[in-house]
Amino acid sequence: MLADKDRIFRNLYGRHDSGLKGARMRGAWDGTKAILEKGRETIVNEVKASGLRGRGGAGFPTGLKWSFMPKQIGERPHYLVVNADESEPGTCKDREIMRNDPHLLIEGCLIAGCAMGAHAGYIYVRGEFIRERERLQAAIDEAYEAKLIGKNNVHGWDFDLYVHHGAGAYICGEETALLESLEGKKGQPRLKPPFPANVGLYGCPTTVQNVESISVVPDIMRRGASWFAGIGRPNNTGTKLFCISGHVNKSCNVEETMGIPLRELLEKHAGGVRGGWDNLLAVIPGGSSMPLIPAGETGCDDLLMDFDGCAKHKSALGTAGVVVMDKSTDIIRAMARISYFYKHESCGQCTPCREGMGWMWRVLMRMAEGRAQKKEVDMLWDVTKQIEGHTICAFGDGAAWPVQGLLRHFRPEIERRIDQYTRNADAHGAVREAAE
Amino acid sequence: MSVRRLAPPNVQPKEFSFSKDNLEWAKKQVAKYPEGRQRSAIIPLLWRAQEQAGGWLPEVAIRYVADFLGVAHIRALEIATFYTMFNLTPVGKVHVQLCGTTPCRLRGADDLEHVCRKRMGEQMEVTQDGKFSWVEVECLGACVNAPMVQIGSDYYEDLTVESFEKILDEFAAGKTPKPGPQIDRQLSEPVGGATTLTDPSLYKGS
Repeated sequence: MLADKDRIFRNLYGRHDSGLKGARMRGAWDGTKAILEKGRETIVNEVKASGLRGRGGAGFPTGLKWSFMPKQIGERPHYLVVNADESEPGTCKDREIMRNDPHLLIEGCLIAGCAMGAHAGYIYVRGEFIRERERLQAAIDEAYEAKLIGKNNVHGWDFDLYVHHGAGAYICGEETALLESLEGKKGQPRLKPPFPANVGLYGCPTTVQNVESISVVPDIMRRGASWFAGIGRPNNTGTKLFCISGHVNKSCNVEETMGIPLRELLEKHAGGVRGGWDNLLAVIPGGSSMPLIPAGETGCDDLLMDFDGCAKHKSALGTAGVVVMDKSTDIIRAMARISYFYKHESCGQCTPCREGMGWMWRVLMRMAEGRAQKKEVDMLWDVTKQIEGHTICAFGDGAAWPVQGLLRHFRPEIERRIDQYTRNADAHGAVREAAE
Repeated sequence: MSVRRLAPPNVQPKEFSFSKDNLEWAKKQVAKYPEGRQRSAIIPLLWRAQEQAGGWLPEVAIRYVADFLGVAHIRALEIATFYTMFNLTPVGKVHVQLCGTTPCRLRGADDLEHVCRKRMGEQMEVTQDGKFSWVEVECLGACVNAPMVQIGSDYYEDLTVESFEKILDEFAAGKTPKPGPQIDRQLSEPVGGATTLTDPSLYKGS
């Protein structure tokens, strides 16, 4: 288990002062000037050496991303944009950072801004997080007041930080949709290339980063890349906030080392699976977009909670929002609800996604009742493959994967339900409907 | 995607303009964005307009904000219909947004939905006294405190049928119940106390 002294988010549960004074007591804003004086190159290299990978879902190496920004500031200003549009079902970590440890985020923004030559940053908070936004704004005001950020601040790098908010669109968590939304348009993703590092916000070089990725940077710079890289496994370094929800005895957020075994994570911090480990049916390891992993020897028993550990089970760490489902779960209905989520949140730009989401949801709802034909299972698989990779952004993939996970591991359950329904067909009328 | 349309003409008010305070506030918002990029402020401004108009966004308010920012009306209408937090039809004074996505469903959102239906009827239907309405929304990002609802600006978390009914009773009586977890619990900490961050030396400032 991670030692308390190695934890970055020391006010995760909001038991202490979230203001500047409290944050300083916990070590924030300590030696920030010295960090900035190391210069752009050194900061980027340090972040690269720490092995930090983006905490927003895709796991792209953070230092590498920063290095894509133009080396010289040309006519167009550089922007840092923080993605606080946390809406992935199962995930609620950025919320805790914003309301309980906002100064880590603000300090991280300053350092990241300096490392990419940005003098302005926008934090895009999801619209529903109204109280969190207020807390964050209050902390930013405090930082301005103390001259920690802003023009002519004590750190010697002019940096303005603004809070912006959305209005309930999951798709705005996709980086280019977020930029569109920040420009005052509908959140519809852009084609890449050009990548935001060249043409981002207002057509200027921009880096979009998740709240957690930015917030861990000050500690990496203070304690050294080797400290961070020493936690976890190679390629999967550092600590991570895990959100454990669903059928556990004590659902909670917790910061743990990357690569912690799932069972240890659940039993140590979340009071174990409801009804014991043997009552586990499946987990979604990283937010609703990631395929579920079933219980058992070839599934959850040896699952290590990091990028490679989840990939071994044909899933991904995503945002580390762990949704636990015990044997009482109607797994088909649970996945159908996730499909409904994607149907609701599709931006409507690409046809495979716009039409496919509703199609998958309707078929899954029938399968939950058993009112389907067995050949439709293969058809559904085929449709998920036609959506995956055929849309502008990764939303289509993220919606197809959970359905694929269900079909991969719970096909017998779907077929059992179809059999059961057909057996009672006399009472309900035979099944002769097509998908639509 | 969901089909979202403006409210019928007979419920639309005739006029809208920002109050003096909101006008001041709006000018400050616009200043956050670079010269010529005022349009960026459209979501915050529409949101403030919705708050001023009583929790929903009338057509005149959308057109007003478009004019304020100097963008074509259709651009503001696009925004208002795309983003689902903008209520295009009137809502009750207490508008309950029930999280109905899988993590909340796993922990009893179905029961809360029954409570909503029993007390407030169908979704987006305002009760006769104009006080309550409800809608099922997608993940509100408080999954470890499931099931939960958002009422106004606040989250009410770790709900049971009983505690949810109690909250609604309090709202009905004109009170504002205490937001956050409705069981004995500190925010997202495990029930019964944290398993981490127990080392007091972390908080001594050394």
